[in-house]
Amino acid sequence: MNLKKWVTFAAAAGFAGGAFAQDSNSLSIEGEAMVTETAAPAHMENVSTIYSGWRFRSTETQALETDDFDNPAFVFVEQGMDLWGKVEGAAEKSCASCHEDVADFAGLRTQLPRVDDGQLVAMEDLINECRTERMAAEPWEWSKGNMTAMTALIGLQSRGMPISVATDGEAAPFWEQGKELYYTRVGQLDMACSNCHEDNYGVMIRADHLSQGQINGFPTYRLKNAKLNSIHGRFKGCMKNIRAEPFKEGGPEFKALELYLASRGQGLSVETPSVRN
Amino acid sequence: MKHALGGAALAIMAATSAYSEAVKPANVAFNDGIVEASLTGQPGDPVAGRAVFADRKLGNCLACHTNTDLSEESFHGEVGPPMDGVADRWGEAELRAIVTNSKKVFEGTIMPAFYIDSGYERPLEDFAGTSILTAQQVEDVVAYLLTLKE
Ligand code: HEC
Ligand code: HEC
Ligand code: HEC
Repeated sequence: MNLKKWVTFAAAAGFAGGAFAQDSNSLSIEGEAMVTETAAPAHMENVSTIYSGWRFRSTETQALETDDFDNPAFVFVEQGMDLWGKVEGAAEKSCASCHEDVADFAGLRTQLPRVDDGQLVAMEDLINECRTERMAAEPWEWSKGNMTAMTALIGLQSRGMPISVATDGEAAPFWEQGKELYYTRVGQLDMACSNCHEDNYGVMIRADHLSQGQINGFPTYRLKNAKLNSIHGRFKGCMKNIRAEPFKEGGPEFKALELYLASRGQGLSVETPSVRN
Repeated sequence: MKHALGGAALAIMAATSAYSEAVKPANVAFNDGIVEASLTGQPGDPVAGRAVFADRKLGNCLACHTNTDLSEESFHGEVGPPMDGVADRWGEAELRAIVTNSKKVFEGTIMPAFYIDSGYERPLEDFAGTSILTAQQVEDVVAYLLTLKE
């Protein structure tokens, strides 16, 4: 990885990330202040301040996230609430049969993905484990509507809390794998995530204002496709844009990348469900 | 009828020979950041090059470069330097090198290499073993860039 070289070169040439190009707006959702900017965690060598993707969106898009009534994602959160109480599977149970209140999941979003019994697990894994092992129901597909509705509902319980994933101990090898993927160039266009989201955030790439590619707002409602988008679905989209064969949603590479990206957002508020273009 | 067939056969022969004259991506001769010879032996067409520059599926150069000459197109990116006056800064052989494989000129650049067909990882199946632009499209873009003087 000749990352250092690239960074020095880019800085010398004057095209390094427009570190001042995010806006200075502050975000309050339903009156609660969100942290959209904070000091980068020590492991990020090339970035000093981290920003939520919200700071790079247009004022119209930003406004949609400030009020749950205006936020189009809440239609899907309500669908999540219906699914929460819906009996499914041979055990004839709903989520609500065992989990008293979805609010008990407050804080969970901030710590995922995490290592359980030697495996890196994402929220989708935890939900599907309950569906298959405890409800004897079919698992949900990683990025399909029922799953994103549920991850939005559960993630919402942590809204306003700081991202705080574990990267040491058992998580360390997964984190290293994610970091490696983040800096590896792929696709016919031969780019790494870092080329856009670290070296050039704050800059326009055709019609898009490049952000740091943070995942604190997922699942995200996108105006572009009018639905909730999973974290891995977004990774897949970025890979296809550079004409790279995406990794599998829910597979080990994307989960490792998710952990690494979460760790680049340590301290930002969970904004689930956020609104993006 | 006979005559028409003969004409078609001739046209095919001409197309084939033009094709075989194009330098393959792996054989482009870089010499200290320049590519002296045309990749096709044919002159580039600046009008076609202008279209390739703007086309999202071809050059998509506007994704990263602003260009006053294309002000009718909305959304010019700003990842790289503006293209205004680029021909005052670089000569033809240098521009050919930059468009063919910018990494040979700007180490570690984000700018894609437009005329390589290997050396990248995990391409989508449809693009594996192919270059983003054809040799003639590279020549067309170079011819277009040479018109951008201030
Ligand atoms: C038969 C009882 C049962 C049902 C039904 C059930 N769960 Fe669970 N769930 C559990 C148990 C037991 C655990 C593991 C213990 C714990 O950590 O709370 C768990 C854990 C979880 C966790 C991880 C919590 C954490 O902190 O690690 C999530 C998320 C979850 N369930 C969501 C759901 C959802 C969503 C549904 C419905 C689709 C559901 N569960 C249905 C019993 C159930
Ligand atoms: C060619 C540039 C480019 C590359 C390379 C790229 N992305 Fe993106 N990405 C974008 C653009 C443009 C957007 C939409 C605007 C924004 O938020 O930056 C985006 C958005 C995102 C978002 C959503 C951010 C939010 O606030 O909702 C995430 C997450 C993301 N990218 C992750 C990745 C990952 C992981 C990789 C590497 C596998 C990657 N990107 C590679 C251009 C790129
Ligand atoms: C993903 C972004 C990106 C795309 C797409 C892109 N470029 Fe570039 N280009 C750059 C960057 C960045 C530089 C500056 C070199 C460096 O430091 O990396 C550059 C430099 C150049 C230069 C040298 C300019 C100067 O004045 O020094 C030329 C010429 C050029 N590009 C032409 C093109 C053409 C033609 C296309 C389309 C066929 C294109 N670029 C597509 C990012 C891009």
